[in-house]
Formats: sequence, C-alpha cells, structure tokens
Amino acid sequence: MDSLIDLLPELWVAAGETLYIVGLTLFFGGIGGLLVGLGLYLTRAGSILANRGVFVVLNLLVNIVRPIPFIIFLAAAQPLARFVVGTGIGNAAIIFTISLAASFAMGRIVEQNLLTVTPGVIEAARSVGAGPVRIIFTVLLPEALGPLILGYTFIFVALVDMSAVAGYVGGGGLGNFALLYGYRQFNPVVTWAAVLLIIVLVQLVQFLGNWLARKAFRR
Amino acid sequence: MSAPSPVVELRDVSKVYPPTTRGGAEVVAIDKVSLTIDAGDVYGIIGYSGAGKSTLVRLVNALERSTSGEIFVNGTDIARLPERELRPVRLGIGMIFQQFNLLGSRTVAANVAYPLEVAGQSKEARRTRVGEMLDFVGLGDKARAYPDQLSGGQKQRVGIARALASQPGILLADEATSALDPETTSEVLDLLGRVNREFGVTIIVITHEMDVIQTLATKVAVMDQGRVIERGDVFDVFSNPQQAASARFVSTVVKGLPAPSELAVLRQRHPGRLVTLAFRDSSVDQARVFGEFAAAGVTFEVVYGGINEIQGRSFGHLTLALARPGATDSAADAAIDAALDRVRTLTTVTEVR
Repeated sequence: MDSLIDLLPELWVAAGETLYIVGLTLFFGGIGGLLVGLGLYLTRAGSILANRGVFVVLNLLVNIVRPIPFIIFLAAAQPLARFVVGTGIGNAAIIFTISLAASFAMGRIVEQNLLTVTPGVIEAARSVGAGPVRIIFTVLLPEALGPLILGYTFIFVALVDMSAVAGYVGGGGLGNFALLYGYRQFNPVVTWAAVLLIIVLVQLVQFLGNWLARKAFRR
Repeated sequence: MSAPSPVVELRDVSKVYPPTTRGGAEVVAIDKVSLTIDAGDVYGIIGYSGAGKSTLVRLVNALERSTSGEIFVNGTDIARLPERELRPVRLGIGMIFQQFNLLGSRTVAANVAYPLEVAGQSKEARRTRVGEMLDFVGLGDKARAYPDQLSGGQKQRVGIARALASQPGILLADEATSALDPETTSEVLDLLGRVNREFGVTIIVITHEMDVIQTLATKVAVMDQGRVIERGDVFDVFSNPQQAASARFVSTVVKGLPAPSELAVLRQRHPGRLVTLAFRDSSVDQARVFGEFAAAGVTFEVVYGGINEIQGRSFGHLTLALARPGATDSAADAAIDAALDRVRTLTTVTEVR
C-alpha cells in the first residue's frame, strides 16, 4: 500500500497517457472507421454507389485485419508505422497502429449501424432528387446517429484494451504502469489500482455514451 | 377543349434483372409495357403482389432504370438520362410510400422542407411553403413533432405534404394506404382527391385495394407477370373485364360470380336451377328483368352476388335460384326456359351448373 502511495505521481501520468492515446485513436480510428464503414455500406450490392470491386476488396481487407490479435498486429505493422510516423516505438507508433486496427474494427460496426437505416428512407430522399453526398450527410448519418454513438462507445472500450499493450513498444499508459510497477514487482495492489482506474474510466464513458444515444433515439 | 396531353408515356419499356444464380434465367420484371397517362388523370395500377406494379411506378421517376424502351415525362425521354441530370425531373414528381419513409431524425416541418432544401430554396421560401403544405394536410399544429409521435394517418399526410412541397405535377403513390386502417384510408384518399382537383396533380396510384380504385381512380391498368394485360376506364375494366387474369383479380374485390367451392355449397342448398345475371349501369333495367320472372310465374331467390358503384355508375352480378311452384319438373323447366329467353334480350344470362 505504501509503495502505491509512492507511485501515485506515476499512476496519474500513466492515466493521462492512456487518455491521450485513447483520445487520439478514437479521433483518427473513428474517422477511419467511418470512412471504411461508409465505403462498405455504399458499395454493397443495391446501395447508392454499388461497386462490386471496391466492396470485395474492402470487405476482404477488413476480414484480414480484424482477426489478427492486436499484439501481433503491433509487431507486424511496425515497418508501416516507421514509414508513416517516422518511428516504430513510443506513443506515436502505438497511436498510429491502434488507429489503423480500430479503423477496420470500427468500419464493420459503422457498416452494421448504417444498415439499420430503412432503405425506404433513402429511396424517399432519392425520389426528391437528393444525390449520394447529400444522402450521406442528411439521411444516412443523422438517421443512424443513435446506433453510431453506441458503436463508438463500444469501440472506446476496445481502444482502452489495445492501449494496454503500448508498453511492449515503449509506449506508456495504465497497461504499462500495471505491468512495470505491479506485475514485475510482485505488487498486486499496484496492479489493481490500475485496473480500478480503467474500470472507472470505462464506466464513465459507457454512461456518457448511453446518455447521448438515448437523446439521439428519443429525438 | 384541346385533347389531353400525356404527362407520362411509356413505350415498349422492359426491365430485366440479371440471373440471381450463375447460369440461371433472367428475371423479367417489366415486359414491354406501353402506357399513356394524361394530365389530370388519377391512374390506378392494380394486380397481385409480384406483378411488377412497384417496379413500373419506379421507372417513372427513375428510381429503377429501365433495360429498354422509352419513358417520356412531360415530353422528355428520361430512360437514358444520367443520374445527375435526373434531379430536376425528380423534383417534378412527388412520391409517397406504404411505409411513409419519413426521416425519423427530423421534425415534421423539416421533413416537408427536405425537397425544398434539395431544390436549393431559401430559408424564408421554405418556411412559407412548409406552412402552406402543413395547413393543406391539416397538420399545422404538428410542425415541431417528430414522426414517431404521429399516428399512421398523420404520417402519411406528412408524406403527402413532403411529396407536394416542390409543387410537382405528378404524384406517385405506392400502396399509400395499405398500412392504414379503413377509416384512415378514406381520409387519405379524400386528401389525394383534393390534391388532384385543387392542384391539378396527375396521380399514379398502385394498389391492390378496391376502395382506392373505386373512390379515387379514373383509369386503371391491370398488371400480371410484368405486363399490362388490360387498361381503360375504371368502370369498364371492373364491370366487364376482358382478360381471365383481370377477371380473377376483379372478382377478389368485386363479388360477382361464385367460386367453384362456393358453388358446391349453393348447389346443395338449392336443388333447382341457378342462373347468374349481369347488371351493368342503366343499360339493364333490373325491374323489367325481375318482372319477366314474375309474369312467367317463376319464383326467384337471390343466393349470391353484389352490386358495386364506381363513379356514380353501378354494376354487378346476381346469382338466382329459380323455381316454378306447382308444376311438374318438365313443365317447370319449360316455363323457366321461356322466361330466361325473354330475360336474355335484356341482359347477359349465364346458367350455373
């Protein structure tokens, strides 16, 4: 317990780093996921920009990336991280890699959320002359807003999960903290302090997500 | 008065879907349909589900693209127009749907404003027009409500207000009342009738409901397996269908001739002779027909049938059980035959066996 009190400054720094990593990956992965999801939705057969070639490639890509365990993906994508963000280690590399993985995971969720929009509503928009871009911004996204908020809340938890292995490539955060000061020092109290913080964080975000989604659903 | 000008004209239009399985057959949804719809018509398209009604109506605003043929809307062939040139065409054609298809994330007013946004109208112009349309459909007080707070009938009225916001000359109604109860249906039909009369909007209405045709349509086309098998004035088609398939459809909504199963029951109950008489408008004098039976001493009992009314003209079929009390079988037959011969000069008689 005493050692935990000594470690409190490091714990807060680690918590801050987790928020930093998760926040940025939610932003980049969120945008990436939206693009991948829209791509899947719009190009599928019968949709407004149906394109079999694009759909098949995108679908295959998502299916290939999604099942790879993140810790392996992290190692495998290191050369790509080095190429894009200039380094294969540290928070920059981990943010890039998580965003990439999250784009594909979130893409599938976004696709499913968009599929909840009744095709008839899109047909109604087409019948008054609305084009694809207008339909995306005035029909598709607003109509799927509730499910999308819940989807993003869901992916937030996955991001916290992925960020926990940042320590393996020299990144920080609560996962690294628990490993470094708890597990390797045989100090379960320290490990559990990190766990507790993560639980609190996830609960808060889940409540927030549910509340926002309810507002979007009730309209 | 000049001859009516067609607002929609289909010439030899087909819509063929590629085979769903490798090596399978193509699916012909619309098979060389030609149809002319004049300004001010309320044109009903009827037929069983799967007959191609929905596809046909979607060809008119190019939600479905035809495979071949020409589709003239207000004189322009839209069949081969590229997607981005269809916007002005679609702004001139309103559409309402069975499931209403309102935007759940927008208020009633914002739903009605949607086509006006697409048309690029100013905010003030939109507000004025939305107010007019909501007053027209009687929902002025619901402007700020969301669709899921409305009843089915109210939703369809919002759908009508939205479809007419951009002042189209044509309205497509795809089973617009099929999800509504009978009372609400008649309200919506009244409203559509006003749309036709007050705004002069040409309406194309797809339905399988007799009510809709009876109260609204002036002309009707019967579809079966992707073809228009019969068309004409509603009264003519319903009172005297020429094609077997349209007769079958009409008989499901108009009680006319008894079906074989019903006939078997009638036979058991009425051992005498059964005849079906056709009545069509004022061309047949019912009183004279029944007078002939009475004069011959033939009693009759109406055992099946009905008289319908379309646009102030009535038609129908009545099946009668005939008897001549107090005569031997052969004498009764002779008397009935003699009476029927005279009735045949007045109307069509079918002996039911």
